[in-house]
Amino acid sequence: MMADSSSTTTTIKGPSWSFNWVGRIGLGIILFWALVALVGPWFSPYPPGEIVDWDFFGPMTGDYWMGTDYLGRDIFSRILMGARYTVGIALAAVTLACTLGVILGMVAAVAGGWFDMILSRLLDAFNGIPSLLFGLVVVAAVGSSIPVLVLTLTAIYMPGAYRFARALAVNVNTMDFVTVARARGESTPYLILREIFPNILGPVLADLGLRFVFIVLVLSGLSFLGLGVQPPNADWGALVRENIEGLSLGAPAVIFPSIAIASLTISVNMFIDNLPTKIRDRSE
Amino acid sequence: MPQSLQPWFLVIQRLGIALLTLVIVSFAVFFATELLPGDVAEILLGQAATPEAVAGLREAMGLNEPAISRFVGWLLGLAQGDLGNSYVNNMDVAELISGRLSNSLKLAGLTTLVSVPIALSLGIGAAMWRGSLFDRIVTVLTISVISVPEFMVATLAVLIFAVWLDWLPALSYGVDVSSLSAMLKAYAMPVIALSFVISAQMIRMTRAAVIETINTPYVEMALLKGASRKRMVLGHALPNALGPIANAVALSLSYLVGGVIIVETIFSYPGVAKLMVDAVSTRDLPLIQSCAMIFCVSYLSLITLADVIALLSNPRLR
Repeated sequence: MMADSSSTTTTIKGPSWSFNWVGRIGLGIILFWALVALVGPWFSPYPPGEIVDWDFFGPMTGDYWMGTDYLGRDIFSRILMGARYTVGIALAAVTLACTLGVILGMVAAVAGGWFDMILSRLLDAFNGIPSLLFGLVVVAAVGSSIPVLVLTLTAIYMPGAYRFARALAVNVNTMDFVTVARARGESTPYLILREIFPNILGPVLADLGLRFVFIVLVLSGLSFLGLGVQPPNADWGALVRENIEGLSLGAPAVIFPSIAIASLTISVNMFIDNLPTKIRDRSE
Repeated sequence: MPQSLQPWFLVIQRLGIALLTLVIVSFAVFFATELLPGDVAEILLGQAATPEAVAGLREAMGLNEPAISRFVGWLLGLAQGDLGNSYVNNMDVAELISGRLSNSLKLAGLTTLVSVPIALSLGIGAAMWRGSLFDRIVTVLTISVISVPEFMVATLAVLIFAVWLDWLPALSYGVDVSSLSAMLKAYAMPVIALSFVISAQMIRMTRAAVIETINTPYVEMALLKGASRKRMVLGHALPNALGPIANAVALSLSYLVGGVIIVETIFSYPGVAKLMVDAVSTRDLPLIQSCAMIFCVSYLSLITLADVIALLSNPRLR
């Protein structure tokens, strides 16, 4: 893959903070959407929930940059607002999932014994539930709201983060410098925070990015099934669902939200495949 | 223990773990749906929910028993094929599901038949001519398909094949399957959409598996002896990559479970997933639980199959 070509150059130059251009483009698009999620809604030309045009599935015009939706609402404003839901929910869920997973994974790796065994078995079992299905069941039971969505997505992706961090931490745990620290009589929290965590940080960050992509995909999938963010609010997945009838008309209302989702997930993938070697090779 | 029996012991152990996982999963499914706020009996009775009626219905449904004993009862019933009755129309859940299940299996089976040969040849081809234009096109395409949601792949397929080219009907319900061509047309859209989703994963993993074997010393030796690239890959690398490839195929097929949910909804295909999505909107818990268990069982069996194949094909894992 793309990583292949960069790894051959690193043997000559050694790890560095520099990116190749694919990674830079990826990072640029990620930062752009983060900025939009933060301040975008203040710049939206129309209120996202207001019907501004009597023509539904309107074309792109000077007034409505991305056309209008099935009720005649401005799509550009709705995408700006949708960024807040999609990026915000996914970011909250991925942060929670990875923080919990990595902490538990490191503790399990250092503590070992029955704690490790029971936790690993239990969380592996959670991996046996298909992600979209888990979302469906929970939403069916407790209804859909933003906190429920965040917690459900966290529950779906925490076991994976745990497994990943534990596997890395187990490797680091057997290294000499950790044994030395243990022989010095350092406490378990010290071992975890000072010896293990810095050495698994790079791969964990890459894993966090991948998990973010998965969460965006599952969140859009749930919204597309009508079980995610509820109307009148809409994330990008819900925007596609609302306007799916416009597909046969080639309406911009269904195309632009799709492009928004794709640009976010593809750019995260591009960024992760081309992380600076300084971060990526830390553990190797 | 004799050396030859050891892999089978590991396989049995793996199956045991799968069974244990299934129990934990069913526990999770049961209690996730039990979290429902409000009283089931009250919701069912709606306007007619007098305290006496609610108490009577609770008694009749066995809701007064502790949750754990209801869970055990439900699990035992499930094991014997008794799935309970729907809350909405009081029909036998097993009956509701049986017809739908064969529809879903048909969809999944056809998708497997279509996507496996295509994905394997593309993946092996990409690995054989690694770094070529063909390889780069395949890589970019698979990454794009993986990074967009399943529903987008499906809508794009509709846009291209049904709207622009006008080759196929966009929906698949109300199909008459009297002739072969009519049946092919009815299944084409859902199968194409689902194949895209599954193949992308499979191509990536196949390519990775073959490349890993190409990088081994004995394949390099074949190259140094002057074997052609084709002979090197097909004769030397491929037989040794069969295990990882089979593992990749089984793992990718487990993506069918998620893909089927989206694709059946988009195309209004009368399968289990559509039934379940509809049951979610009517909050028909027994139906949701049963459908969820069907999906979990198929997902788990595919993952376990992948594990077992990896275990049997790679002596180092034993």
